[in-house]
Amino acid sequence: MDVTIVDYKSGNISSVINSFKEVAKDKVNIEVTSDLNKIKSSDKVVLPGQGSFKSCIDGLNSINGLIDTLSEFALNNKKPLLGICVGLQMFADVGYEEVETKGLGWISGKVSKIDNQNGKYKLPHIGWNQINIIKDSKIFKDIENNSHMYFVHSYEFIPNDNSVTAATTDYASNIVCAVEKENIFGTQFHPEKSDRIGLKIIDNFINL
Amino acid sequence: MLKNRIIPCLDVKNGRVVKGINFVDLKDAGDPVEQAKIYSDGGADEICFLDITASNENRDTIYEVVEKTSKKCFVPLTVGGGVRSIDDINKLLNCGADKVSINTAAVQNSKVVEDSSRKFGSQCIVVAIDAKRSKNGWEIFTHGGRKLTGLNALDFAVKMEKCGAGELLVTSMDKDGTQTGYDIDLMREISSIVNIPVIASGGVGSLDHLVNGIKAGASAVLAASIFHYGKYSIKQAKEYLNSKSIPVRI
Repeated sequence: MDVTIVDYKSGNISSVINSFKEVAKDKVNIEVTSDLNKIKSSDKVVLPGQGSFKSCIDGLNSINGLIDTLSEFALNNKKPLLGICVGLQMFADVGYEEVETKGLGWISGKVSKIDNQNGKYKLPHIGWNQINIIKDSKIFKDIENNSHMYFVHSYEFIPNDNSVTAATTDYASNIVCAVEKENIFGTQFHPEKSDRIGLKIIDNFINL
Repeated sequence: MLKNRIIPCLDVKNGRVVKGINFVDLKDAGDPVEQAKIYSDGGADEICFLDITASNENRDTIYEVVEKTSKKCFVPLTVGGGVRSIDDINKLLNCGADKVSINTAAVQNSKVVEDSSRKFGSQCIVVAIDAKRSKNGWEIFTHGGRKLTGLNALDFAVKMEKCGAGELLVTSMDKDGTQTGYDIDLMREISSIVNIPVIASGGVGSLDHLVNGIKAGASAVLAASIFHYGKYSIKQAKEYLNSKSIPVRI
């Protein structure tokens, strides 16, 4: 099996690569590339994302044909795709970080700054927070409810249709922290930095 | 609920841990990779490396350490010490660091903080503030606490938040190494004037000191020697904080 981590020069993805390689061992081939043909032929795709919504969308746009290839992979061929952090946020129709930026539009919704209640809550939301699993998502197999995951973000994905929400976390309000829509998965937290429990989520995705 | 973090810090010099844990089953007490792994297995919420390598020719040793550690530890890894430029930050992130802490360079040229947070995202830019009490509040020191700048620490903290720092690592130079506890007033003042998380550092000698740091408003507490010398384990520290009603990840 081939799992491709999309390398679109946006942010630091070495931790994502290390964690997937750790879980994959020799059973699964992990590719790190923006090569469209390799993405097309792979079985699963991981879309990481760090920095701002705009910088990540700009990064995807800077590689000719990448967005079309990813859309075909996820929407037409319905192969499993996992977005991490801004990778998840980009599924939305629109993001409001820096400037209003059009998203991929795969899961209807928007990405807005977390309401920190006039400074009552610090931003970014950094650290370990518990997830409240509300949907029996395949990537949460053998993951206990209220497990701790590592977060670092200031913006949140707000889907129009709550049925895509797989888990929420409590920070100033209930923040959507995992989504599942058919073959499309996303986590706002960083499974690659969430210790053994995070690696289990990666393992679940690889074994879908 | 967001938990308060406990961050053990390892001083690394020429690729070796300077003050190490004395564990019997440790094959190589000077190996930062092995020590970091012990901490992460023990429940550390993050690992911090402070590179104190003095000579330039040995600077590259830290990259190798970070690269090896990031393949074995799957909790966030922060690396600081001698970070001067965007290029240095880029190299550390590429080796597997999740956050980079900037000290002297941030004081000398705040544009480094602005540019790096824009390029890599605020989430990986930590500004390390070394502060010492003076008659005008607290003043900033640079160069590992050797050089006084005359800058007011609170003003500087606000400025760094504006420049895009994601977190502040605040060390009291008066308390560092004394094991008498954090400078609580400093932690309280800085935590209350910025809206980004503050990591308290400098002076921890007991588990109560960790409790006091969090109570003063810090989001995370950093400590070195109480963990290195095996006085307390990460687990003991967490259980103690938990018993004092401070939310931690257990």
